[in-house]
Amino acid sequence: MSDIVLDRVTKRYPDGALAVQEVNIEIADGEFIILVGPSGCGKSTTLNMIAGLEDITSGELRIDGTVVNDRAPKDRDIAMVFQSYALYPHLSVRENMAFPLRLAKLDTATIDRKVNEAARILDLTQHLDRRPSNLSGGQRQRVAMGRAIVRNPKAFLMDEPLSNLDAKLRVQMRTSVSRLQKQLGTTTVYVTHDQTEAMTLGDRVVVMRGGVVQQIGAPQHLYEHPANLFVAGFIGSPAMNFVPAAVADGGLATALGEIRLTDRLRRAMERADAPREVILGIRPEHFEDASLVDDRMRAEGDVFTGLVDVVESMGSDKYVYYALDEKARSAELEELAADSGSSDVPASEGQLVTRLSAVSPVREGDHHEVWFDLGKVQLFDPSTGRNLTLEA
Amino acid sequence: MSGERLSEDQAAPGSPADGTAEPGPSPAGGSGRGGRTGGTRSGRRTLTEGQRSERRLALLLCAPAALVMIAVTGWPIIYSVWLSLQRYDLRFPADQEFVGLANYVEVLTSSYWWTSFGVTLLITVVSVAIELVLGMALALIMHRTIVGRGLVRTSALVPYGIVTVVAAFSWRYAWTPDTGYLANLFAPGSAPLTDQASALAIITLAEVWKTTPFMALLLMAGLALVPDDLLKAASMDGAGPWQRFIKVMVPVMKPAILVALLFRTLDAFRIFDNIYVLTSGAQDTSSVSILANTNLIQALNLGIGSTMSVLIFLSVALIAFVFVKLFGTAAPGSDTEGRR
Repeated sequence: MSDIVLDRVTKRYPDGALAVQEVNIEIADGEFIILVGPSGCGKSTTLNMIAGLEDITSGELRIDGTVVNDRAPKDRDIAMVFQSYALYPHLSVRENMAFPLRLAKLDTATIDRKVNEAARILDLTQHLDRRPSNLSGGQRQRVAMGRAIVRNPKAFLMDEPLSNLDAKLRVQMRTSVSRLQKQLGTTTVYVTHDQTEAMTLGDRVVVMRGGVVQQIGAPQHLYEHPANLFVAGFIGSPAMNFVPAAVADGGLATALGEIRLTDRLRRAMERADAPREVILGIRPEHFEDASLVDDRMRAEGDVFTGLVDVVESMGSDKYVYYALDEKARSAELEELAADSGSSDVPASEGQLVTRLSAVSPVREGDHHEVWFDLGKVQLFDPSTGRNLTLEA
Repeated sequence: MSGERLSEDQAAPGSPADGTAEPGPSPAGGSGRGGRTGGTRSGRRTLTEGQRSERRLALLLCAPAALVMIAVTGWPIIYSVWLSLQRYDLRFPADQEFVGLANYVEVLTSSYWWTSFGVTLLITVVSVAIELVLGMALALIMHRTIVGRGLVRTSALVPYGIVTVVAAFSWRYAWTPDTGYLANLFAPGSAPLTDQASALAIITLAEVWKTTPFMALLLMAGLALVPDDLLKAASMDGAGPWQRFIKVMVPVMKPAILVALLFRTLDAFRIFDNIYVLTSGAQDTSSVSILANTNLIQALNLGIGSTMSVLIFLSVALIAFVFVKLFGTAAPGSDTEGRR
């Protein structure tokens, strides 16, 4: 039963490098919070500061209302699961899980009871006497979890605990981590670079970049109302499409053609005092094959005809890539692409990703008409990355 | 060891061929210890031209190394065993005669031998114990150093880089009465190298000073085996610095510690230079090596001297055996325990 508060927590290394800058997070009791961002964004450093493995340069860290900046890790009563699992190779599974309890000088009967209980929850009972080196990746991961839960700590910290597992196992473990956390109701801070993990696991997600918190919110909120270009590009897969747009009278001139300004967009731009040049963002799933859209929906959106580059049929839907005649990408977009890795932001220039119904008759090489929902279009300031449509 | 592996490798590709070509007689290779020889034999029968020439090449490639080993190691050992079975004193060369184990009886009933043996054991145990503690401390310092890491490591290794005899002479001068600064400082008016207890202490000190860096180097390699995450995990689990060291670091680096101990024990047991320079074995400070040297080189008694050499060889072999079999020290290159 505990809450964790980070109050303007900053980490500056002796060489002057600023790893984490003025992070403010209030983690409620029992909450599952995810720190997500590209590598080097300061998420692991933040976690290590909560753990006590790294000193806090300035700011305050409070657990249960007590400032713990200067407390050793062992006095903070929190457990951590590492990416490498960090199991003690010389101890059996049972001894690994009992290790923290032994250090806490509990009596043997209690230790046995707690270890057996944890082993039962994690389905490790038949492996208790084996060494970590004889276990599979998934089993090791469960032992690491077991070592964390036996102590019944104030909070769990998890540093990319699923990254070393293969894709299928990762999905399985993701579900069981989530179920376990719900079951135990322990405050959990979870670090990952995988936006899918972040979206599926967390009660709330903290998106970080370059040591600065970009946005904190529920996964759906981040998805629907990203605070800036970075969050918009990072959350969602495939990533949001970004197209430069210039404000012309009554509309936006873009590579998708002239887009009509709806009332929502017009109001947002007026309120935000938008510049003449903006970046238009729209998610792949907000497109649809124009031939499958009825007139009422057609009125709420706009259509675009483009050359179909690639069609990927996923079974349930089709990912259709259109070639765009787009030369000028903003510097902000370039940086974003470099930051997020090519998998998160479309790296190839002038490409539009759309997700259409599986029944769409679209074929590669066609000029095909596609509809998009103007109600879902977001506009960003190219110089600051700020979302201009945020409160619309 | 390598021969066994070789035959197994050849049996494996051979046996499936057996299964199809001539079903029945040959047991499937490598299923058990008993089956192995059978598998090898059938494997040999079905060796293709390519496998045969490969094996010939393997033997040819190994031959030079094997020959050199036999010439420089095997032969001297055999020759000294042969000498130890003779009465052979170069002062009376005419009396050379095969005497069986008489030399061994003579040495093993001599109080000189047992005194030296005791001295050697004492120096070995005490110096290795001190070296382990100091070496571990030094290794931790070198491992944790962030600033001037190169300088720290180099300066720590200086004693090991000095020729033992040179270092021993500087220790001797330092402890020489009246002129030596250490003698003047700690024992003015006495001659510490002429008394058994203090002489042994000085010999041990010289030995520790000289070889602690070596110990530290081996232990540092072991420290690198301990992942940082493991220590972080231990501190999250509630372990203080000492508990982290005893409960995580030492067990994980145990193989490296045992190898370091093995190397140093074998070395220390053969201690020679320091004693030779510092006391020449006077006042019952001679080690077994000094005693063997005295008999073999100075007294020219090849029979007795060789007997002592063979006994030293056996003692060293016993130490190695104990370390490998009882403590489970991994002999270099045979680490089969699945370590990450």
